[in-house]
Parts: sequence; C-alpha cells; structure tokens
Amino acid sequence: MLNVQDASGGYGEQTVVKNVSFGVEQQEILGILGPNGSGKTTLMKMISGILPLKEGTITIRDRDLSAYSSKQLAKEIAVLPQLHSHAFDYTVRETVSMGRYPHQKGMFAPWTKKDEAAVVEAMNQTGVTEFEHQSIQDLSGGERQRVFLAQALAQEPKLLLLDEPTNHLDLSYQKQLLDLLKEWTTTHELTVVSIFHDLNIASLYCDRLLLLQAGETVRLSSPGEVLKKDIVEKVYQARVEAQVHPELPKPQITLLPEHGQNSRSIITKDLFQISGKHIALTAPQSLKTISSAVIGAGLGWHRHFVNRHVPMDYECADSYEEMCRYVDKNGWNAASTVGMMTAVMVEDVVIREYQQEELSIVVAVTAGVGNAVDVSLAHKRQEKQTAGTINSWIFVNGKLSDEAFIQAMMTATEAKVKALQQLNVKDPVTQTLATGTSTDSLLVAAVQKGSYVQYAGPITLLGKMIGKGVVECTVKAIENYRKRKNGS
Amino acid sequence: MLKPSTRTSLANKGWIGYLLSSIFLMVAFCLAITIGSVQVPLKEMLQIFWGSLFGTHGELDQTLKTIVVDIRFPRVVLAGLVGASLAIAGASFQGLLKNPLADPYTLGVSSGASVGAVMTIFFGLTLPGLGSFTLPVVSILAALVTLFLVLGFARFVERSMKMETIILTGIIFSSFLGSILSLMIALTGEELRQIINWLLGSVSMRGWEYIRLIAPFFIIGSFLLMWNARELNAMAFGEERAQHLGVNVRLRKYVVLASGSLLTGAAVAVSGTIGFVGLVVPHMVRMAWGSDHRHVLPLSIINGASLLIICDLAARTIISPTELPIGVITALIGAPVFGMILIKKRRESRG
Repeated sequence: MLNVQDASGGYGEQTVVKNVSFGVEQQEILGILGPNGSGKTTLMKMISGILPLKEGTITIRDRDLSAYSSKQLAKEIAVLPQLHSHAFDYTVRETVSMGRYPHQKGMFAPWTKKDEAAVVEAMNQTGVTEFEHQSIQDLSGGERQRVFLAQALAQEPKLLLLDEPTNHLDLSYQKQLLDLLKEWTTTHELTVVSIFHDLNIASLYCDRLLLLQAGETVRLSSPGEVLKKDIVEKVYQARVEAQVHPELPKPQITLLPEHGQNSRSIITKDLFQISGKHIALTAPQSLKTISSAVIGAGLGWHRHFVNRHVPMDYECADSYEEMCRYVDKNGWNAASTVGMMTAVMVEDVVIREYQQEELSIVVAVTAGVGNAVDVSLAHKRQEKQTAGTINSWIFVNGKLSDEAFIQAMMTATEAKVKALQQLNVKDPVTQTLATGTSTDSLLVAAVQKGSYVQYAGPITLLGKMIGKGVVECTVKAIENYRKRKNGS
Repeated sequence: MLKPSTRTSLANKGWIGYLLSSIFLMVAFCLAITIGSVQVPLKEMLQIFWGSLFGTHGELDQTLKTIVVDIRFPRVVLAGLVGASLAIAGASFQGLLKNPLADPYTLGVSSGASVGAVMTIFFGLTLPGLGSFTLPVVSILAALVTLFLVLGFARFVERSMKMETIILTGIIFSSFLGSILSLMIALTGEELRQIINWLLGSVSMRGWEYIRLIAPFFIIGSFLLMWNARELNAMAFGEERAQHLGVNVRLRKYVVLASGSLLTGAAVAVSGTIGFVGLVVPHMVRMAWGSDHRHVLPLSIINGASLLIICDLAARTIISPTELPIGVITALIGAPVFGMILIKKRRESRG
C-alpha cells in the first residue's frame, strides 16, 4: 500500500528525517512514536505530499507520490491534522462536505447522491450529525476533532494519516475514535498511519510501531518488540516499567515518577496491633503485595493488612462481602486491604524481625494444624473448605522484582512444609506427614524502596531470611497452638 | 452578530440572500438616479429608460433625459462596478489569507495601484497596442507587484503570517507609497487639488469611457474568483489543509491573488483609492449568510455595488452642491467596522 524507502527530508538546510524506510500493508494500522522533535510530524508531511523529499522515494500503490495530482492524491490519502485555527465559521456540514472536493468534477461541480451519502455516513460514524448546522467555532476541541475526522473520512481515502488523533479527546471518545478506525480498516479497507504520544494506546491499537529518535528509526516491529523497558527508557529518557495488559497480549508502559523515591518508611514489629478479634497492620504507605487472601488477593498495592479471627463454625455464603463489611466497619478501606481469616486465636501470633546487611523483613504467622493435609494424598479426601489455619505474612523492607515476589512465595511455602516436618505434624486422615493445612494463606508485601532484590530463591540474601524466619515463626506458632489446645 | 441558529437557517435558504440583496441593489439604483440637485420622479425615470431602450421618446423632458442617461446612469453603473470589484477582491483576499481584516486598501494594494495610475496619468504613458487600456493595465501590474511585496515582506517578518503582521505590513506599504505619490504630485506642481480628490476616490464625471475600461477586468476577475470558490473554502482552513483536501494550492493561490489584483487595479484606475468596501461588504455578507465562498463571492458583488452606489449618493448630496470624495464616506463606515472585527478576533483568539 504505502512504501517509504530511505526517505530523508526537512526544512531548508536542516534534515529532520534521516533515511527512514518502512512499508505499510493494506488494512494495517502503523503507529509512529518518538519524543518531541524526533521528526514524526515531518515524516507525516512527507507522506502527505506537503514536504518534498530530499532523498529516497515514497510510493503509494506502487506509484511515486510525485506522479499523483493534488486531487488524485486526496482520493488516496486523507489527513487528520492536529487542531488548527480558522478565521471564518463554517457549519459542521459545510466543513465535512469539503472532504468531497477531490471527488467532485467540473467547474461548478454538482452535488451528487454519492457525495451526500459519504458525508452523511462520515457524520454518523463520528457522531457529529447532531451538530450538523452549528458553527464549528461553537464546538469544543474534542467535537471539532471529530468534525475534521468526518471531513477526512468523507474523502473516502485508502490511507488515513493522523497526527495525534486522541489529543483533546476524553477517554471514552479516544476509545470510540480508535475502535471506529479499527473497524474501518476492515469494513472500508482503510489503512492507517498515525502519530501517537500515548504509548499504551498505540500498543493497544497498532499492528506495528515505528519508533523514531532524532529522525532515525530506532525500531520497527510489533508493539511487544518495540515497547520494551530498555528501549523506551533510552529513547524517552524517563524511568518506565513495561507490564502486560490485563486482557490482551500487548505491553503497557508505566511511568515511574521521581517523587516518593527518597522517603523511606519501613515496616517493623511495632506497627502490629493485636486484639482478640484480629491482627492488623496499617503501613505508612501502600505496599506492593502478592497474596492468597479473602480480600485484596493477587497482585496489587495495599496499605491495610488484617488477619481476622472467626469462630470454628464460621460459615458464610459470601465470605468476600462479609469480610469487606468487617474491614470497612473497622475503618480500613476494603479496596486497599489484604484480609485473611483464621479460626486460630490471633493472640498466639508469632511476629519476628530479621535483618541482614541493608535488608530487613518482618514475619508474622498464625497457625493451627487441626485440618493438616498431606498434599500428595489430598486427592483421596472429600471435604468442604473451612477457614485457613496457617496464615503467613512476610513484609520486606526492600524493592522486589516480579520474579523475587514469586520466589519469595515459593521459599516461604517450602519453609512452612519444613516447619511441619520438624514438628512431625500428621494428616489426621492418612496419618502421613502433613505439608500444610487445607486453606493456608500467604502474603508477601514489599515497601518497594531501598535495596533492590532481584531474586529470592532459598540461597539468596532474602531467601535465607525468609526460610529462617518462616520456619522459626511457624514452629513457634504451632507450639503456641498446641499449648493452648492442651491447656484448654 | 446574529445568533448561530438564525444564521444557519438563512444559509439553508440561500435564495433569500440573493433576493434581499437584489432588492437592495434595485432600491439603491433608483435612489441614486432620482435624487440629486435636480429631483427626477421615479415615473419619469422609468419613462426615460423605457424611451431610450425602445425609441419612443416623444414628449420627454430633454434636460431630465440628459441628467439621467448621460450623467447619473453611467455614474451609478461605474460606482456599482467599482464597489462590486473591491468587495469580491476583498472577500477573496480574506479567504485566501485566512484574515478577515484583509482588503485591497488595508493590504496596500490600492496604494500600489494608485502609484501606477498616477504615473500613467501624469507622465502620459501609453503602452504600445493598449491605448486607453494602458491606465488599468499599469494599475493592475502595480497592484500585483505591491501585493507580492507586501506578502513577501510579511512572510519574511513572521513565517506564520499572523493577521496583525499582514495588516501592519499593508499599512507600512500604504504610507510609503502615499509619500511617493505626494512627492510625484509636488514635483509636477500642477492640478494638485484634482489629484488629491482623485486619490480620495470619486466616480463623478467619468462617463461611459471609464465603464468600458473597468468592465472587461471586472468580468474576467469575478469569473476567475467564482471558479475558485470551493478552493477558497478549503484554503480558509489553511494552505496545508487545502492541499490535503486535494486543492492544487500553488496554482489556485496565484490565480486568486492575480484576480484580486486585477479587480483592484482596474477599480483604482477608474475611481482612485476607495477604502474599506472590500472589508465591510464581505464581513456583513458572512454575518448574515455564512462563510461559504460559493455564496459569499456573488453576494459580495451585489452588495458591494449597492453600498458604493449609496455612498456615492451620500457623497454628492450631503453638502450639495459641493461633492465629498466618496472615500471619505466609505472610511466613515469602514474604519469602525475594521475596529469591530479586530476586537472580535482578539476576543476569539483569547477565549
């Protein structure tokens, strides 16, 4: 469809775009990214025929750009520019109708049925029909942007060039506009080349991305190949993190701001509040967590941590809702709380601090082994799930990578199994060594500041502390549990 | 300003604009023929025209007939043609430059044309093969040269060519060219009063000969501009946007600039510098009937003609028997309108 070969161009003496080559297939959406001044708009002007090339060639459908007349080119390419000023007020309909200019023939070109149909469809698709007879000067920036999109669509182009199409649009219109374009690529065989400032939007909607820096191609590939942490950080000179989109296999770039990096608040034993009903901890600021819990489970950021005592016969159809109510009633916000339940007396919790070099952790365990299970033989059991009995919390005063979080979970689990072995805890049904209980929960939370921890396997600095801490605390907690059981 | 809803409903019924404008032109025409130092009743006027057309002028007053047919009629037609030329030239300059303050006078094009005209008259120039058409042709060329100098200078000052920059450049060129005129007049030393009157603009005592001088240029210029009405619509959104819409901007721009200069030069050659017509008329037309140049241009022609006919009537009747230069009257209306548009535009750009 579009083929750009070794194109260079710029203004006057200055060459802004240097040796850029790429091709765009029919119905493809190609995003052009790059920091300010990287030559995105200049490249667009070269493709739209406004700016002559200094070197190289641009062809559209295998025909050189310069071989097209102005009108022929406007039938192939339409452009949605960044917002511009205009001296006179035209109505929305008049403005959209100008898009038919390249299709009209003759000196006092008659307005045909085809022209009318194209204008009406473009206005309907962009949702501007209701303003049809209003002056464009009376419209908001977003509405105007849609009017000019309608004008471009009325041209019935094969290739649409957009310069930051989502500028001035609120979230819902950004989505609408891009969904519409995506739809037109299939229904109208439209090909789209668009400049984006928003990397994440580009990642979601573009088939391929062209990343420019100082007029040169940094990378041209699928979003997953272009939006990598190291590439984006180098080109944009900003700290970022690349993550995955929750629904699509597309990368999402998150900016990491500089503020909040210096203030160091750490989690200590003193922050725990223990009452007969629950153990609670409110962190000075949100912690990054991974956990299996009743509320606030999975990956997230949470500030409040609650381990709540419930009676042995606690049974609730919707324990999630009930737990949320309990948390809200106690003045914590359920959305920022990790909440667990246990039938164990929470006063028997064991909380210990561990420190090695720069890194420190706090481990808190409540344990009861009434329904201990040997996981290797668990398939023989048929039981309903009851409240968890070994709840372990690990707070890390450091900055953990994603893999460190997962390894911390593994290390802690292994340590728990070891603790049960040491105390010779048996599965009451099979009479074999137990590996845990039926509903254990585990939380790893990190302040994400201070020393960086890449890995947390058993022989790493953090892994060693977790292993030691979890074993010690679990053993002590089970001893507490047994003592209370035997005493009562 | 009319409410948007009112304006658009009028724009939808385009013919109302043409009807009202035509009625206005007829009224202006009748007033200008009948009113003056000698009053000509409407009935007499119609009889005289009927008689001149169909040859039954038996019992008509010969004095009245001379006044109507030989003095007032050509004067009114000339005023109409000059007004129409300046108005459509102004409308097209505004569309092309995206600048509602542009008009032959504020751009300095009229002054350039005057220099050409004065040179032709006072040095008695005659270009071979052109005869009496030397005057408009030299004016037109001078207008064109001035226009390119003004735009070139404005672009040199500021690439984006803001509204104010263009107008400021026009004013600088106007006063510079005005000084050259004064110098030329001072050096020739004769007929000082006559040329000053001419500079302020007048359509009196010109006769059919002058109508012959302006008419062909008016027809060609207007036709070329109306042919480019859709392109002007696109260019009102900026040259780049127009190019994206498929307009051959380079070609169309020169056609429009040349046509505007053609109309201005011819108008100045026959009537001197008459300011603000090209500013006031398109502005009013846009306010009433929207910005679509396919209508703005023809409506500017009709209303430009009407306005200048009325202004000429005022110029010769206010302190009768003395005649005021017509440029005085148009400036009285035009300068405040200029101020009004400026305020409105500044508010818009701020808001």
